[in-house]
Amino acid sequence: MKKFINETSQVENEMIQGMVKAYPKHLKKLDCGNVVVRATKKEGKVALISGGGSGHEPAHGGFVGTGMLDAAVAGAVFTSPTPDQILEGIKAIATDAGVFMVVKNYTGDVMNFEMAAEMAEMEGISVKHVVTNDDVAVKDSLYTVGRRGVAGTLFVHKIAGALAEKGGSLDEVQAVAQKVVDNVRTMGAAIEPCTVPAAGEPGFTLEEDEMEIGIGIHGEPGTHRDNIKTADETTDILLTQILADIDYSGSEVAVMVNGSGGTPLMELFIINNHVADVLAEKGIKVYRTLVGDYMTSIEMKGFSISILKLDDEMKELLDAPADAPAWKE
Amino acid sequence: MADSKKVIQILRAIGSKIEEEKDYLTKLDQPIGDSDHGINMARGFGEVEKKLDDLADKDIGTILKTVGMTLVSTVGGASGPLYGSAFLKAGMAAAGKTEMNVQDFLEIMDTAIQAVQQRGKAVLDEKTMLDAMIPSLEAMKAEASEDAKTVLKKGVEAAWKGVEHTKDIIATKGRASYLGERSIGHQDPGATSYSYILEVISQQI
Repeated sequence: MKKFINETSQVENEMIQGMVKAYPKHLKKLDCGNVVVRATKKEGKVALISGGGSGHEPAHGGFVGTGMLDAAVAGAVFTSPTPDQILEGIKAIATDAGVFMVVKNYTGDVMNFEMAAEMAEMEGISVKHVVTNDDVAVKDSLYTVGRRGVAGTLFVHKIAGALAEKGGSLDEVQAVAQKVVDNVRTMGAAIEPCTVPAAGEPGFTLEEDEMEIGIGIHGEPGTHRDNIKTADETTDILLTQILADIDYSGSEVAVMVNGSGGTPLMELFIINNHVADVLAEKGIKVYRTLVGDYMTSIEMKGFSISILKLDDEMKELLDAPADAPAWKE
Repeated sequence: MADSKKVIQILRAIGSKIEEEKDYLTKLDQPIGDSDHGINMARGFGEVEKKLDDLADKDIGTILKTVGMTLVSTVGGASGPLYGSAFLKAGMAAAGKTEMNVQDFLEIMDTAIQAVQQRGKAVLDEKTMLDAMIPSLEAMKAEASEDAKTVLKKGVEAAWKGVEHTKDIIATKGRASYLGERSIGHQDPGATSYSYILEVISQQI
């Protein structure tokens, strides 16, 4: 394993400290642990909290700021944060309007956030949540825990965050967050794995001529292995599965071409070039495009495509001003 | 069967066993999970170990509750809330007790395993730790009139049989469920760590 780190046990802590030192106007770290909150608390609004394992930078700390999150909780690399840690975050940002949690659909995340919410309710804080599950690579059936929450979660942070900033109630924030979840789909692929620092070796291996289609953001296996293909061919495979999942015909969409950490922007733009062409051909209007590293998987060479079907409310909230370190207008 | 001092001794032995099997548990988690079960469990029980000295004069309930809180706050993943809830509820069932007999032990285990079921919303045959927990509890209850050694021996046998059984079933809960049929042939890491824990209790009694 070759990485620019110090002690593996200090990876998460040093990363959070470095992030806060980079953006002191936006962020501050709670003394109790790896929880990032806005440098200045805003009273009276519904407070948004999200988080998950570390290794997804800039998510989630980079999306703390006006118009987006109020707090982000960072667990160990690829490991859900713990309930007491989440509870500290909830308590730090709680207002009379309540706290809203954005949770990605993983068994650990859901259990830990639910436990934290139960503890917060006992302390008199109203907490509601949404579970994101945008990954179409995973079957949503009775026999699985459902689809995984991946990069599409960023649209929930932005849109629900904008409504909360405007003064939306806890129920309204929950409703719009659920609407985003219902209308966003994502799928990814990778050509090189990532290595969790504490594990020291990659979670999986791929031959020189292989790629994994449908990969998760922790390097989990996807739908299948395939011979490596061109950017356009790979994009077609992912888009076909995304566009088959909900009816996008004639609609306006927001597109996110998300890098997994080890994919150069050059390649992400090549991918977006084809995404835009395919959508145009199908009569799907691209309202807004985001290209870059939003929800990474350490140094994995991979990418995902997210497509959010928009309505007027989501368009307005997507365009609302936001000022978080990693959100690019 | 055991007093507070014995319970602390057992918890120390569990910590050593988990540390010993850390790499193996992580390896089991690699093909069907996210390669961290051993790392996370060892971190949690390492923190538990640090608290045991201060618990020497406490009742069994307080000891188990402290273990539960420590696991909840240090393990993370899915194992944290699952094992954490198990020990927390076990602590509630053992509140005020400074000694437990076989009957108490079975009631405490029953409460703990119910807590895992509630937190994980899982049932038998979903390729989870419950596939070792439930059969072991049933086997122990069937021998309830015997002495502690015999009861635990039956429990451990049933737990490992349950672990073997997890190789034959498709995961429908947890991260392994994403693999569907590809999860067949792999042994569940959570069922394995539970079986080690029960095995240590059995050796220490």
